[in-house]
Amino acid sequence: MSAPYPFTAIVAQQDMKLALLIAAVDPGVGGVLIMGDRGTGKSTAIRALAALLPKIPVVAHCPYNCDPERPPGGHCDACKKGADGPIKTTKMGIPVVDLPLGATEDRVIGALDIERALHAGEKAFEPGLLARAHRGFLYIDEVNLLEDHIVDALLDVAASGENVVEREGLSVRHQAKFVLVGSGNPEEGELRPQLLDRFGLSVDVATPQDIKSRVEIVRLRDSYEQDRDGFAKRWRRKESAQRRLIEQARERVESIVTPDGVLEFAAGLCLKLGTDGLRGELTLLRAGRALAALEKQDVLTISHVRSVAPMVLRHRLRRDPLDESGSESRIERALESMDAA
Amino acid sequence: MSTVLGPAQWTAAEAAVTAFSVAPHALGGIWLRSPPGPVRTLFLERVDEQRPDLNRRKLPLHIQENRLLGGIDLTRTLASGAVHWEQGLLAQSDRGIITLAMAERASRQIVAHLCSALDTGVLKVAREGLNQTVPAAFGVVAMDEGIETERPEQALTERLALRVDLTDVSIHDAIACEIEGNSIAHARKNWQQVTLPPALLEALVATTIALGINSPRALILASRLTKILAALELRDTAEEDHLNRAITLSLVHRATRLPEAPPEASTEEQPEPPEQPPDPGDTEASAEPELTPPIDAIIEAAVASIPAGLLASLKQSSASRGRSTAGGKSGARQRHKQRGRPIGSQPGDPRRGDRLNLMATLRAAAPWQGLRRRERNASPAQGLLVKPSDFRVTRFRYQRESTTIFVVDASGSAAMHRMAEAKGAVELLLADCYSRRDNVALIAFRGEQAELLLPPTRSLVRAKKALAALPGGGGTPLAHALEMTTLLAEQAHRDGATPTAVFLTDGVANIALDGTPGRQLAKEEALRIARQFAAMGYRALVIDASPRAQPRAQELAGALGGDYLLMPRADASLLRDIVSPAGAVS
Repeated sequence: MSAPYPFTAIVAQQDMKLALLIAAVDPGVGGVLIMGDRGTGKSTAIRALAALLPKIPVVAHCPYNCDPERPPGGHCDACKKGADGPIKTTKMGIPVVDLPLGATEDRVIGALDIERALHAGEKAFEPGLLARAHRGFLYIDEVNLLEDHIVDALLDVAASGENVVEREGLSVRHQAKFVLVGSGNPEEGELRPQLLDRFGLSVDVATPQDIKSRVEIVRLRDSYEQDRDGFAKRWRRKESAQRRLIEQARERVESIVTPDGVLEFAAGLCLKLGTDGLRGELTLLRAGRALAALEKQDVLTISHVRSVAPMVLRHRLRRDPLDESGSESRIERALESMDAA
Repeated sequence: MSTVLGPAQWTAAEAAVTAFSVAPHALGGIWLRSPPGPVRTLFLERVDEQRPDLNRRKLPLHIQENRLLGGIDLTRTLASGAVHWEQGLLAQSDRGIITLAMAERASRQIVAHLCSALDTGVLKVAREGLNQTVPAAFGVVAMDEGIETERPEQALTERLALRVDLTDVSIHDAIACEIEGNSIAHARKNWQQVTLPPALLEALVATTIALGINSPRALILASRLTKILAALELRDTAEEDHLNRAITLSLVHRATRLPEAPPEASTEEQPEPPEQPPDPGDTEASAEPELTPPIDAIIEAAVASIPAGLLASLKQSSASRGRSTAGGKSGARQRHKQRGRPIGSQPGDPRRGDRLNLMATLRAAAPWQGLRRRERNASPAQGLLVKPSDFRVTRFRYQRESTTIFVVDASGSAAMHRMAEAKGAVELLLADCYSRRDNVALIAFRGEQAELLLPPTRSLVRAKKALAALPGGGGTPLAHALEMTTLLAEQAHRDGATPTAVFLTDGVANIALDGTPGRQLAKEEALRIARQFAAMGYRALVIDASPRAQPRAQELAGALGGDYLLMPRADASLLRDIVSPAGAVS
């Protein structure tokens, strides 16, 4: 395996990088939806982020990437069975699981293990992609083209963190906590409106329009392709600085103080924009806290909430498909009027 | 005209083949627009001649996913009782070339898998219990023989560096040029080490911006192509000439706009013969690289080499047309019971014509193996014991989508009346189609002919853009619009959708099919084609755009066998009621 493209070497695309970093600091914000032009480095960014994140300890050979630290009750059946003896642990990179467009439901949620059924005649469960993505990322390119029944299954698991399989006489449940990252091109058809607000954050990506950034993109990509390992080595220092930042932010994020004024601001903003339900508000606070942690601060401020408001709220607005102005500017206007008040 | 264009285009084709054969996977491939015929055959032979070592595989459109990606090997599995896998066509084509004929009809699934392999060079298979990554670094020759409205998926064409158009090339022009084999061998080894001077790179980037090409991928492909062209001439530094040729071969067809101040003179010229076949001896003498290549000159050269047709459409400034639109939504649509999208399996009998679902059948048979073997005193070596009761067949979703074709009269008379209101009405209907996930298409007619502004799409963004950019004024070529609508409706029907046409017009035709003015002829032609449309059995709705009810629009609705509605009364809910039942037919 050659070295992946470094995260810090991605040119421009600040919104996308920030959204992914927030999801890395606090996976609880929900998935990230990235919509935009082709070839803007969406999948590169996700792979790069996963390579950047610190390795995680897992129970050796566990198909569900069980965490050795968790109490035995939280383990999958396979690990529980072996729990009498000492658990063997090993470290693995954060998994990034691609969901290919043609994947069958069997492969996604898991199914009867045919081989064992044929050979030994026993009914065994063969974990699917959801199990492999546990504690990592599940990446779906062209999420807007995915079959609806697969999307439904995915979103349900992503929300509950648990995969429940009831089929072919099997009855299995296992943990599947992952950050769902979907990407797509809006010109190819839109995502079902009902699915939009299941994503925590949503960003638009576009190609930079200035010569300098574009030259930079080609130049970096080119030197990466000529010597991948050497390129990775040159970026190592930046990468480890970024990794430390994420690690520290993860420790810090739990203890960030949320003043009442900020709570009111978030609630007021959501009220003004008429977003449905509480999910918007909660995500606003969580994403804001993750941002504060990334900025090495201890208190959530209104300015943090303001910075994350577009990516948290833009896909949650009651959508008028023909409104030219777009959600972004509606959020801008709402933020401005909050200032005036 | 073609006699002038032909040889130049063939030279371009030769250059594309040579560059492609240096690094098929790095360049992605060739988008070949050409009808089948001797010229195309000759072209494909050229690909083989350049790299006889490459294995060229044909990808048939009807390929099943397990053949494409790999899947269970049926014979061996049943014979041995253990699961055996076989590689799919993509993996078998590793370090080879895949040719895809009729690429415009390729299903989304096929395109998606091709794209993912083109991006990563590997194939990740996650299906039917198989889970592995295999190398699949190939180049693609996507052949597109479609009519104007049908293009291959943009996702695919975007990843192919080279574009070759052989439509106007006659077989007499297609003379194979000799290319020295060792220059290809040299280029294969060294192209990655070729330097692209910063000034050239900047010029390349400026060109993409000037032509409105947004994808960094196109940029990266063009930069690779520049290096390859330089390497073919045994250079280690790319020069302006290489860049110019790379732009012609790989960027110009992606243009979505013209530079701000287009050099007027160049538009009249024939496209320059893009390049000479790479000939080391010749260029070595002539090339004298300037230190700072003039960016303007390169952009100018790029504009000059934009094909005449594309140039014209860019001049109309409609961004909606210039984009190589992902045209007809290809053949993946549900057509009949055996070819829809599988949604699961159920017990059944494959002999009745349903399709056997092998995995489900094996699963159903698996738990009983122990029991059945004991019953028959069989050993595992005798293979799997399957009974008819184990058979599972695939269920397919058989739901027709609906495609609503909006035909908007943008002529002077209609525009005078209520162009804005017409747009408003269409927008209302669009919003409705959006909520029902219909496909929409947009045809506008004004001046001498009708124009397909938007092929069937689900993207509201594009529909909206196309509508907003619609200008008004001119004659009323109603007959041509009807003809185009009929064609599009037929095409949608073939793709498995239920077409509905919505006409917004005052029904006053005054331009005949051949583009000449004349009320009487225009009207007769329009009514004749309208009756043809009605005979096909598609639904139509005529919304009268004139202020008072017009007999002519009513007459049109009558000929179309459709409903008639006067715009002032055509409020949103009424329109919805009229259009919706058509969508519900399934």
